[in-house]
This record gives sequence, C-alpha cells and structure tokens, in this order.
Amino acid sequence: MSPAAPAERQAAITGIGQSQVGRRLGRTDLDLTLDACLDAIADAGLTRDDIDGLATYPGGGLGTGGFAGPGTPEVQDALRLKLNWHDGGSEGPGQMRAVIAACFAIAAGAARHVLVYRTVTESTAQGEGGRQGIGGSGGGSGGVPRFGGFLQWSLPFGAVSAVNWIALVGQRRVHEFGLTREQLAHVALNGRRNAALNPKAIYREPMTLDDYLAARMISSPLCLFDCDAPCDGSTALVVSHADYAPDAPHPACHVNAVGTALRGRPSWDQFDDMTSMAARDAAASMWERTELGPTDVDIAQLYDGFSVLPLVWLEALGFCGRGESGPFVDGGSRIALDGELPLNTAGGQLSAGRLHGFGLLHEACVQLRGEGGERQVPGRHEVAAVANGGGPIAGTMLLTRGSG
Amino acid sequence: MNAVLASIPRVYANGPAIRLLPRLDPDNEFFWTAGRDGVLRFLRCRSCRQFIHPPVPRCPECLSDDLAPEAVSGRATVHSFTVNHQQWIPGSDPYVIGLVSIDEQPDVRLMTNLVDCEPDDSLVGSPVEVVFEQSDNVFLPLFRPASTRPEGRP
Repeated sequence: MSPAAPAERQAAITGIGQSQVGRRLGRTDLDLTLDACLDAIADAGLTRDDIDGLATYPGGGLGTGGFAGPGTPEVQDALRLKLNWHDGGSEGPGQMRAVIAACFAIAAGAARHVLVYRTVTESTAQGEGGRQGIGGSGGGSGGVPRFGGFLQWSLPFGAVSAVNWIALVGQRRVHEFGLTREQLAHVALNGRRNAALNPKAIYREPMTLDDYLAARMISSPLCLFDCDAPCDGSTALVVSHADYAPDAPHPACHVNAVGTALRGRPSWDQFDDMTSMAARDAAASMWERTELGPTDVDIAQLYDGFSVLPLVWLEALGFCGRGESGPFVDGGSRIALDGELPLNTAGGQLSAGRLHGFGLLHEACVQLRGEGGERQVPGRHEVAAVANGGGPIAGTMLLTRGSG
Repeated sequence: MNAVLASIPRVYANGPAIRLLPRLDPDNEFFWTAGRDGVLRFLRCRSCRQFIHPPVPRCPECLSDDLAPEAVSGRATVHSFTVNHQQWIPGSDPYVIGLVSIDEQPDVRLMTNLVDCEPDDSLVGSPVEVVFEQSDNVFLPLFRPASTRPEGRP
C-alpha cells in the first residue's frame, strides 16, 4: 500500500438506521427516508444540528419508477439541515459512491458528520404493472421513443433489463468454469435461510433446492429465484470523522479501505473479461489500499441483485480463485452463518429485499456491532467486506469493528 | 450471404415482439443502416487500423480523427447468450440474446439476437454470420449459425 494511510481511514460509520421494509407499503419515498435518517442520527448519538453533510445514490428522478428515492434537496429541506457539503449522483463506484464520497469529504475537511441514505419504492411503483425493463414495456409504431448511448446497443435486441445483461455473464461462466444451476441455487438458498432470521425480510418461508429448480426461467441461466425482490424501504448511515468514534454510543465501524477502480471498458458488452467485469478492478484497488487481506475477513456482504454476482465478487475479492466460486458455494456450508465466510447474513437482496446495496452495508454494521440477534455470526466478527454493483458498476468497502 | 432475413420456421422468436430502436446520429448512422446493402460495417482507424466500437469521433487507441466505416466479413463467434422468457415486451415469445465477437477483431462485441439456432451450452464459442432485419429505417444485425468457414479458419 502507499506510504500514507488512505484518506478513508479518517471516516467511520457511527450510526445506522432503516425504515420499515416491505412490499407495496404505499408510503412515499421521502416518508421512508426521513424514518431511516432520523433513526441513523439518533443511533449515532447526534441531533440533526450536528449533520453538516448529506449524500445519496443515485439522486432524485433517475431510472425506472421507485428506483431513485428523493434527492438531497428534498431531504435537506425536510430536515432543515445546514450543510457544508452535499452530493448525489449515479455515476461512480456503484451504489457505494455516496458512502465513499462522504468518506473523502470528511477526510478533506469538508464535513464532519455526513448523513448518507438510499431509498427505493420499487415495489409500490411496480405494483400495477409487474417488473419493468429499462426503457419501459410498451410502445408501438409512431411515438415510440428511440434510444442513444449504451441502450441503443441492447434494447433493439430485447435485452431490456439488467437480468439479460447479467445472464450473459452467467452463461459465460457456464462456458468457462462449468457453473451449474445447483451452484447458483446455493446462493439463493443461503439468502433464504438467513432471511428466516431477519424479521424485516421480504421472503422468509423456507425454500428447497427443488423449489429453486422448479421456478420459472427469466433469462437463462437465471430463474425467478436468481433475481432480487423489489421492495420499499430506506437505509441511512451517519459517516463521521473517526475522531468522533469514541464518543459514539455504539461501536463504530471504521472504514479501512474502499475500492473504486474501473480499468476495463465501462460497458456491459465491451468489458474485456465478461466473467468478472468491474468487480475485478474495484476489489483489486481496495486490497491495494490496505495491509489486510482476504483471509482477515470474517463476514462478506456481497451484492446479490442476481445470484451470479456474489460468485463474481467471491473471486474478485480473492476469497477463492478465478472460476472457483461455484464449487466454493456448492452445498452452502462455507457461506452459512457458521461457515468459514458467512455471506449476506440478513438474507441479501434475493430474500430480504432489494435495498440496492445499502441493505448489505447496514447488515455489515449490524454484524460488526454484534447486534444480529438470531442471525449474529458466532465467533469473530471484526472485519467485514461489502461489495456493491455488477457488470461495469462496482464499489467495495472494508469495515473494521472499533472498540466501545 | 448477407441476405435480409426471410420468414423461417423456428422454435424461438427472432427477437422481441416490438423492436425498440436506436436514435440515429452522425456517429452511428452508418452502423445502423449498413444492412441496406447487406454488409456489416464498423468504424476503423486509418492510422492504427483498430476497429472502433461503439463509433466515436476519435480513435480511442491513437487519438487520430482519420476514421471511416469499413466492411467486415459478417462472421463472428458467440461469446455468450441468454434465452429471455420474461414478458418485458408484451406478446414476445422466448428469444435468444447473443453477445458475439467479430472475427476481424474479437474484442469488438455486439449484443444481438441469435436466430435459427439451438440455444444449448455448446452455442458459446460457435461460429455465426450476420443477417439483417429491417425495422423502420434501421437494419438490425442479427446472427445465425455460420454456413461454412472460410479456408484456413478454425
């Protein structure tokens, strides 16, 4: 690593909060967001007058219905925050960009306590018409919109959803590594087992391998249970200067290193290695910024918008060799709560709900703080790796448990 | 070989029931209309000879702006594929989305629909050739199993 400690070491997550999580809650995104934010501020032992920074991903108005959540101006105004720094946007190292930007803002002295949130109301938004592809589901001749940018290269061929693009990653892994549906199933089954111990999870009823194999195909090799569960919910964190950590009411989760690199071509179709894509670069850059290594990690919270993505992350982060993640998860024992690398301990997005990366980050903090209750990882829980994103979008964070 | 696609009996659809189409601009128009004469074309740098995709105003390798569309063989290799079953676009039968690498420069890939093929695991790595489907003023390059390989090709 570089001689000076990386800037992100000056930051720590001192407060976490989460709204009600569920399907078709019928509440507005701002309503859920304020619940999560006030929860996180109180958890950090602060009041809103202490908050001088605000960040979100992706910011207001972007994407399909219910995807973006409220932008920072709405939340700032609703809480009458007086901010020294504020930031929202969709480009960068995935959903993690908002948290990483907060760390850097703190290290730069631009803010001391940054409230970071991510809100989705995709379940309510999709309640009427089922899950949408990007670019919508309707249209006909005359008045049909046309598409530029990356979408022009995928939409004409009916590759209208991230599941289609990720399925191409999955099938390439079938070809190169012999990935099987049974191996994919163990990611989903692990999530469902853990979700049974998470009162907020969307799907808590037991699922068997037969249930998985009988599910309808969405985009081969990915079936329904390979896709995460749209939900409504908001997650918030308070990222503080690390010198506040001793005064925080709960053990702080120190940011040890972040992974932000993107060295391959930034698209779903042209990236050099389709089996890893940006996860390879983000993970590599994180390990370049720390003296810790994969064997130091006690808990992994790896983005599972689709079941194949944790497999990509397991390899990218060095928990197993390239192409070895299928056998690594096979049978499920290694990634179980009492396994050598507990994975997605709250159920992940596949079963707990698609809180879009922030649910995984929240759960990493819960586990490091030892507050997991029935699903608390037994034994050592001092270092957690969190990875967000898939395809050409990736960001990572290594968190360590502080004393307190 | 690059005939406009005829109606062929098949198990899988050639694509979604409705084609969402690209918005043509000065950079991409040559690509999306190349099928008018049945020939696939990519932008190529006259200086360093790299094929450039997606088309951009300067060569990303050598930064030359001396670029021109150039015909390619239309032959490619399947890098990956997926059979889409979800009704994103109502009325669609299952169709095969492919990702193919062009023979002339395999790091140039296209998302496409694979037609007249059996989408099993052996499809990845197999040779395919372009066939165009016209939709409005756009000629979509689709790919079907290659009839024969030219001399000297694996």
